[in-house]
Amino acid sequence: MSLLDRVRALLGDDAVEIASGPDAVPRVAPASPDAVALLLGTARQEGWRVRLEGAGTWLPADAPADLALTTRRLDRIPAVEPQDLSATAEAGIGCDLLRQQLADHGTWLALDPPGLAGRTLGSVVATATAGPLRHGFGPVRDHVLGVTFVTGDGRLVQSGGRVVKNVAGYDLTKLEAGGFGAFGVIVLVHLRLRALPRADQTLVLEGTREDLTQVAEDVAAAGLQPAALELMSPALARRDGWALAVRLAGSAALVAAEEAGLRGASGGRFTALRAEEAHGFWMRAAESFATRPITFRTGGLPDSSDELLDLLQHQVGDEWVSASPGVGAIRWAGDTTVDRLRRLRRTLAGLEVPLTLERAPWPIRSAVGHFGAYREGVGPLVAGLRRTFDPGEAFVVAVEGSD
Amino acid sequence: MITAGLVEALTGIVGARHVRTAPAERLTYARDGLPTHRRVPAVVVLPGSRDELAAVVRLLAAHDVPFVPRGAGTGLSGGALADGAAVLLVLTRLNRILSLDPSNRVAVVEPGVVNARLSAAAAPHGLHYAPDPSSQTACTIGGNVAENAGGPHCLKYGVTAQHVLALEVVLADGRVVELGSPSGEPWGPDMVGLFVGSEGNFGIATRIAVRLLPQPRAVRTLLAAFASLRAAGEAVSAVIASGIVPAALEMMDQSCIRAVEDSVYAAGYPRDAAAVLLVELDGHSDDAVVAETETVHGLLSAHGAASIRVAADARERERLWQGRKKAFGAMGRLSRDLVVQDAVVPRSALPEVLEAIGRIAATYQLTVSNVFHAGDGNLHPNISFDARVPGLRTRVDAASTEIMEACVAAGGTITGEHGVGLDKLRYMPLIFDAESLAAMRAVRRVWDPEERVNPGKVVPVHACREWSGLRIADRGLRIEQQARSPAQSAIDNPQSAIAPRGAR
Repeated sequence: MSLLDRVRALLGDDAVEIASGPDAVPRVAPASPDAVALLLGTARQEGWRVRLEGAGTWLPADAPADLALTTRRLDRIPAVEPQDLSATAEAGIGCDLLRQQLADHGTWLALDPPGLAGRTLGSVVATATAGPLRHGFGPVRDHVLGVTFVTGDGRLVQSGGRVVKNVAGYDLTKLEAGGFGAFGVIVLVHLRLRALPRADQTLVLEGTREDLTQVAEDVAAAGLQPAALELMSPALARRDGWALAVRLAGSAALVAAEEAGLRGASGGRFTALRAEEAHGFWMRAAESFATRPITFRTGGLPDSSDELLDLLQHQVGDEWVSASPGVGAIRWAGDTTVDRLRRLRRTLAGLEVPLTLERAPWPIRSAVGHFGAYREGVGPLVAGLRRTFDPGEAFVVAVEGSD
Repeated sequence: MITAGLVEALTGIVGARHVRTAPAERLTYARDGLPTHRRVPAVVVLPGSRDELAAVVRLLAAHDVPFVPRGAGTGLSGGALADGAAVLLVLTRLNRILSLDPSNRVAVVEPGVVNARLSAAAAPHGLHYAPDPSSQTACTIGGNVAENAGGPHCLKYGVTAQHVLALEVVLADGRVVELGSPSGEPWGPDMVGLFVGSEGNFGIATRIAVRLLPQPRAVRTLLAAFASLRAAGEAVSAVIASGIVPAALEMMDQSCIRAVEDSVYAAGYPRDAAAVLLVELDGHSDDAVVAETETVHGLLSAHGAASIRVAADARERERLWQGRKKAFGAMGRLSRDLVVQDAVVPRSALPEVLEAIGRIAATYQLTVSNVFHAGDGNLHPNISFDARVPGLRTRVDAASTEIMEACVAAGGTITGEHGVGLDKLRYMPLIFDAESLAAMRAVRRVWDPEERVNPGKVVPVHACREWSGLRIADRGLRIEQQARSPAQSAIDNPQSAIAPRGAR
């Protein structure tokens, strides 16, 4: 029996589509977590190599595999609990649809990941791609209360729960958030929500990078705690110069006070955007990252942001860059070579700054790896965890690369 | 096996003063903050440096001897107890604050640094360390990392996991690895996130880089009294749903209020109230905090608060908080023994669960006092009893189990910040299925293949072993058919999960 016949027998005809892409890898869309488990259990038995896909808008669907497993039919939202500020959603739900449904309940997921609006929740969690709101609300993992995932040999594993504090058992959720699917396919996510902000204000200041870096430092020194404080390259911000964008979100009183503080710290130089302008500004910046072939992020100490931006400028250019100087995170997009990426990663490692390759065509991903080399002694631990959750090496994920 | 030769070798590493073998010395370490578990370690070792610790661990690995790391011993799950076959490694001598970087708001500490001492050291820079367990004047950062400790102000600022950036860890075989990066961005998979809360099973953190936060410039603290637990619980939901995130939102019931008011920690709580809420709002701007305080004041009134008091100054605020933070100590006045429970429920379930706890207490004729982090739904039912009374201990255990079952049935979990340790092992099958428990055990063996670090904690090993052969049967999609005996499954019979000695 062929692979496709086998999959059809397991999951039904409607779970399989023949991919129209250049590699013609058949795409399988299981409709339930149990079906994902069954598929991967069979993959383990048959020795199939599986690549993971969401909506196909972020990571290129180009890894060599026997079949592609897409979560796009796992698109239900089983629960939104406004009183508890929590929700449970399947991994294949698009972030735009999720956001809309949450807003209908007066709730908000304080994540603004890069990419197109329809990017799946599972993709955001698996790649831990937070956006500018990381400044005020933390990285992706802080918004995830628990996950259910399926291992490479078809085991359905739960971690965490749907309450906001939970220390029962080891926190496998942390391994899944940002694991790029190497430790399992996330099928269900329990989310920590916030009440929809009563006020949401974006202000932008344009100028030179040096000037705006100083303003960002002044904002931090003033003790202000905006939801986002993002330094963007001109191309990304679609401005003539660099832009420092500040987003304030919360109660009306809080936003008014923060705005007054911001104007005080900057000499009143920021310009407030109207609501629709602000929405477009942040959305365009997020989408821009999906339009370039390669995206990576780095994490340095806040006071090293300027130095790291210089380094990026010299080694790979800084046309498409967004930095969150308050937390030291930088996201870069563009086009470059394997050699340059490797060299940059080595340089950054010397500064104790990790570089995580977020998206790139398979030849680059497989050469450079999402993570590259680990710190001394950590590699065997990661390898052990991969064997634990994918003993047959079913998942085609380029975590380390070939360097 | 622990031999005289091994003890001599341990002495050679840390010095005779720091190896305790006399029975009276070892008895000091027989319990942690939860008095219902007792284990006397074979040997107690107090290393004075990371290198000494690593050398000790390597020696124990060579002799195949299990060991248990321990901080100040304030844990509430029996997690830091070692039995007669194990060596207890006490880390309180590793107590240096190695660096404090105000511009990046990062501190690097050794595991034995006391939580409150770190905030005190950061205060001159206008910074503080946010996780603030009630035991913060005694508990250590290393213990906080092992347990993923919380505290009242974690409602707004997050638990320990959200404040740990990087770790240096001594593994079970004595190798030293660094996890994470100084900025908190994971270096590969989030190994720091996985390590925090692993209750010592993955190794010993010897250097801990933590994030510091600016001290809030404006603070308001309110005390609201309610005529019923239900009304107080509903007020909690209203505040949370309003979109305002208080720095802390704590509840105490009448039994707890009276215990505090009868103690040296008396804070002026209204003795006749069925419950009080302690609500704190903070932020950068006084105007914003005042406005949010008014909103919260209105919500509390609308939900039946009989009285609301706003702390007039820092001194009054401190007094209100002292009553809350010392409530566990105050309850020592009620009886000889105290079981401090820890569970979490969805916040909207608080009223029903509190009433269920009241019914359970009545059924078993026990005094249960509630003092807890209401904003997080993190309950701490405290059962006061005298273990010398025949049969009482059995009733306490039965009531504890029913309380846990009620919390799980409400969609909650068995521990929010105290950890599983020994005490909650038997409840793990209530919330995790066989596959998930087996996966946890497999992860533990990646870090510690021989399971020598803090053995017998967190994951019920017996249950895992029985379950390890079971596959996906109940999904109707069985791949590897295997016979399943009902008696083998702790899901079918939760009581069959291994029970810690002395836990029943």
